[in-house]
Amino acid sequence: MAENKKYTKTQELTYELRVKDVMNRTVVAVSPKTTINELREIFRDNRISGTPVEDKGKLIGIISIEDVINCLSEGEMDAIVADKMSTNVEVLRPDEPLVHAVSKFNKSGFGRFPVIERDGGKLAGVITKGDIIKGILEKLEIHYHEEEIQRHRASYIFDDIVADQTTLSFQYNIKSKDFNRAGESSSQLKKALNCLGIQPDLVRRSAIAAYEAEMNIVVFADGGRLSAAVQTSQIKLTASDSGPGIPDIEKAMQPGYSTAPDWVQELGFGAGMGLMNIKNCTDKMDIQSEIGKGTHITAIIYLNNKK
Amino acid sequence: MKLEAIVEKMNMKVVSGSSQLDREVTGGYASDLMSDVIANSKEGDLWVTLQIHQNIVAVAQLKELSGIIIVNNRNIEVETLKKAKEVGLPIMVTELPAFEIIGKLYELGVDR
Repeated sequence: MAENKKYTKTQELTYELRVKDVMNRTVVAVSPKTTINELREIFRDNRISGTPVEDKGKLIGIISIEDVINCLSEGEMDAIVADKMSTNVEVLRPDEPLVHAVSKFNKSGFGRFPVIERDGGKLAGVITKGDIIKGILEKLEIHYHEEEIQRHRASYIFDDIVADQTTLSFQYNIKSKDFNRAGESSSQLKKALNCLGIQPDLVRRSAIAAYEAEMNIVVFADGGRLSAAVQTSQIKLTASDSGPGIPDIEKAMQPGYSTAPDWVQELGFGAGMGLMNIKNCTDKMDIQSEIGKGTHITAIIYLNNKK
Repeated sequence: MKLEAIVEKMNMKVVSGSSQLDREVTGGYASDLMSDVIANSKEGDLWVTLQIHQNIVAVAQLKELSGIIIVNNRNIEVETLKKAKEVGLPIMVTELPAFEIIGKLYELGVDR
């Protein structure tokens, strides 16, 4: 029996919302001395089908269109409300959850309930089934709207975290000569940047720079690290390895210059374009390299579109 | 032009991503150098290459290309196929050499 009982959003809302959130506050209460004929006009003018009966600010009954119809068929249109109203009035309190109102409607079969303040017993409003439906629909609309905005903005983690400087960093370990997994780190980084809601073209530029840096590590070094530090203003990519180092950085930056072994070039890598590609799609790039020690590349992409 | 229309006219074998053939091909690029493709291809391009190792999938994903055409009827590496299927990337194989398939594609209206 303990099957996953579905608990819908609407049900959740009936607990979240209070009677006062959905009730109608502009109540047309009538006095007990009103005649049924007058009542008929009040109903018609206000487009309502029932209303509380108040005497000296106190609720004493409730009268509905049904009572009017009965009087009409009995020819008692001159009778007064006091004689025809229901006096065993069930009421709701403004702070009660909507679910109470719903179950009360289900049990009693009444069309409306007066809502009475806990302090002083003043009539605060009237609630009908229609009010409940309207209230829930409005709330659902608000939720949906918020969700839409949320989806549209992806996740704005930087807006939610308050600090003088926020840096999110991602690090990927890159294996040497592992062509099968080559490119995986940069595609994971691409996904991560997309999750942060960073502009697609900036994500693409970051991913390309990361890919080239990753490839260099795979081809030339004995593994290394690729990391990205994301701040509100920029993405800083860092690629470090403890590989052979670059003998002549200036030469290495020249398009077409490559020291990659033949078998690597045959795979379409090591075309001598990697560093140029990094430079072209980032706003700032720096290479530090020492023979026998390793290479350290940093590249920055500004997020406020300076380029 | 939809990839599906190109596949039909070119008589190519679709080896992966056959459910993604409704992709729009907005241009073409031909190269066997990864860095060159990364630097110069555009989103939506159909990429013609002879490379068959799995990194072509990563490059195509990175640049959001519409698909890859492998020339000379080359046998794609199993791992490449596996990866392409994982990400839903269309790869087609043609028996034509690059020069000819590119000429035909150009004639069909695929250009930069």
